Amino acid sequence: MFSLRAISKRFGNDTLALDGINADIAPGEFVALLGPSGCGKSTLLRLLAGLEAPSSGKIAWEQATKPAPGAIGYVFQDATLLPWADALHNVFLPLRLRGLSFAQARPLIEAALAQVGLADFATQRPAALSGGMRMRVSIARALVSDPLLLLMDEPFAALDEFTRHKLQDDLHALWRQRGNTIIFVTHSIYEAAYLANRVLVMTPHPGRIAADLRAAIPEGPARRQSPAYLDFVGEITQTLRRIMPA
Amino acid sequence: MSQTLERLAPFIFGVLSLGLWQGLIWGLHVPPYVLPGPIAILRAYIAHCASLNLALLSTLAVTMTALLCATLLGVALAVAMAASRLFRAAIQPWAVSLQVTPIVAIAPLIIIWVNQPFIALVVCAIIVAFFPILSNTAAGLAATPPELQDLFRLNGATRWQTLFWLSLPAALPNFLTGLRISGTLALVGAVVAEFVAGSGGFASGLAYRIIEAGYRLEIPRMFAALGLLGLSGIVIYAALGLLERAVLRQRRGA
Repeated sequence: MFSLRAISKRFGNDTLALDGINADIAPGEFVALLGPSGCGKSTLLRLLAGLEAPSSGKIAWEQATKPAPGAIGYVFQDATLLPWADALHNVFLPLRLRGLSFAQARPLIEAALAQVGLADFATQRPAALSGGMRMRVSIARALVSDPLLLLMDEPFAALDEFTRHKLQDDLHALWRQRGNTIIFVTHSIYEAAYLANRVLVMTPHPGRIAADLRAAIPEGPARRQSPAYLDFVGEITQTLRRIMPA
Repeated sequence: MSQTLERLAPFIFGVLSLGLWQGLIWGLHVPPYVLPGPIAILRAYIAHCASLNLALLSTLAVTMTALLCATLLGVALAVAMAASRLFRAAIQPWAVSLQVTPIVAIAPLIIIWVNQPFIALVVCAIIVAFFPILSNTAAGLAATPPELQDLFRLNGATRWQTLFWLSLPAALPNFLTGLRISGTLALVGAVVAEFVAGSGGFASGLAYRIIEAGYRLEIPRMFAALGLLGLSGIVIYAALGLLERAVLRQRRGA
């Protein structure tokens, strides 16, 4: 889908956040960017979204899969909803900015909300929803324009364990069903191993890609208990131990 | 129970104070030209209620016109300052210096420059009232959550879309706070301007009635006019507070 070629990002004069990132991402991959806090994962995501420009290097898009401007789904660490708008209108936002009327967009909005299990909460404002529900609205908003590329910045970090597991299951199922490319930033080894079929492990200060790991974990309800998953967790843990300074 | 008591507390306190006041007037035989009691003030109000109410309407007309203009001016300047850093840098110090210059000092000039007395009073009241709206709205616009701004950028929003669908709604609570402060300031500005204009100006506002009653040593009437002013200030403040709470409650969807 795209290639990262020697991407570096420097803030100010001396802070090197990313240093020579190279990676090729194929369409339909679920890639987890894994690393400790401050390793530049979020910065890399912002570069991919076009919210910031790299200091050097470039992102080379394959022409056929290059997303149109505004056609990238982005899920922030917080739900970042408009507090004055109900779930319907929060999900409507990307389509509204694309010039659709609410009547035109309504079937798409309702489908997106149904997909994240919030069909019955469409007219609720964020204040009336739980943290997990707010994050679901945020995911529905990212999915409503059916983006080829979905960028997610530690979206489940602030949720409790039960809600997080549920949302991980749902996200994984959505990805299997839709087949869009997902880049998922996380600092949880378990989350990375469970969700993604490819994990890019990053080092801190400056951020570099230290390992590119792939796993084939059987799909299905027993995925979290499967030996392949546990092996993958072990492999990632060993890699991190090897690259992290003592 | 305790909540009801809390709501009633200001009224109970007010009635007790008025009673004490009246009691001291009676007990110490204070003459009404030094300090009239509440009953004398009420009598004076009833005797002059036509002229006092008319004066009140005139002052409120100035206040409301000024508040409306201050709102439009304050919001427009805040939006312009949010849109352009250069504009902000150019305007902000002047807005502050206009705010810190006492209106009593500028009012005579404005009354000389502006021929129409009503407009002169409105201009004075605008100068006093617009700053809280400007500074609160500007603060609200500047505090638009950066993630939401990123979201709008990612979805290719234009400047105007971001302004109308994000920044202005996000600044609404701050704007309403500013409006509540400006409401009472507009009244203060109107009265100060009326005082400065005095008998030579727009001779019908409450301040003019206060001056006139003072000259004639009709102290109870003077107090009646003062009381009307105080009540108007409370009503304006409470009404804008109610508006603020109603809008915010509706918005939260609770």
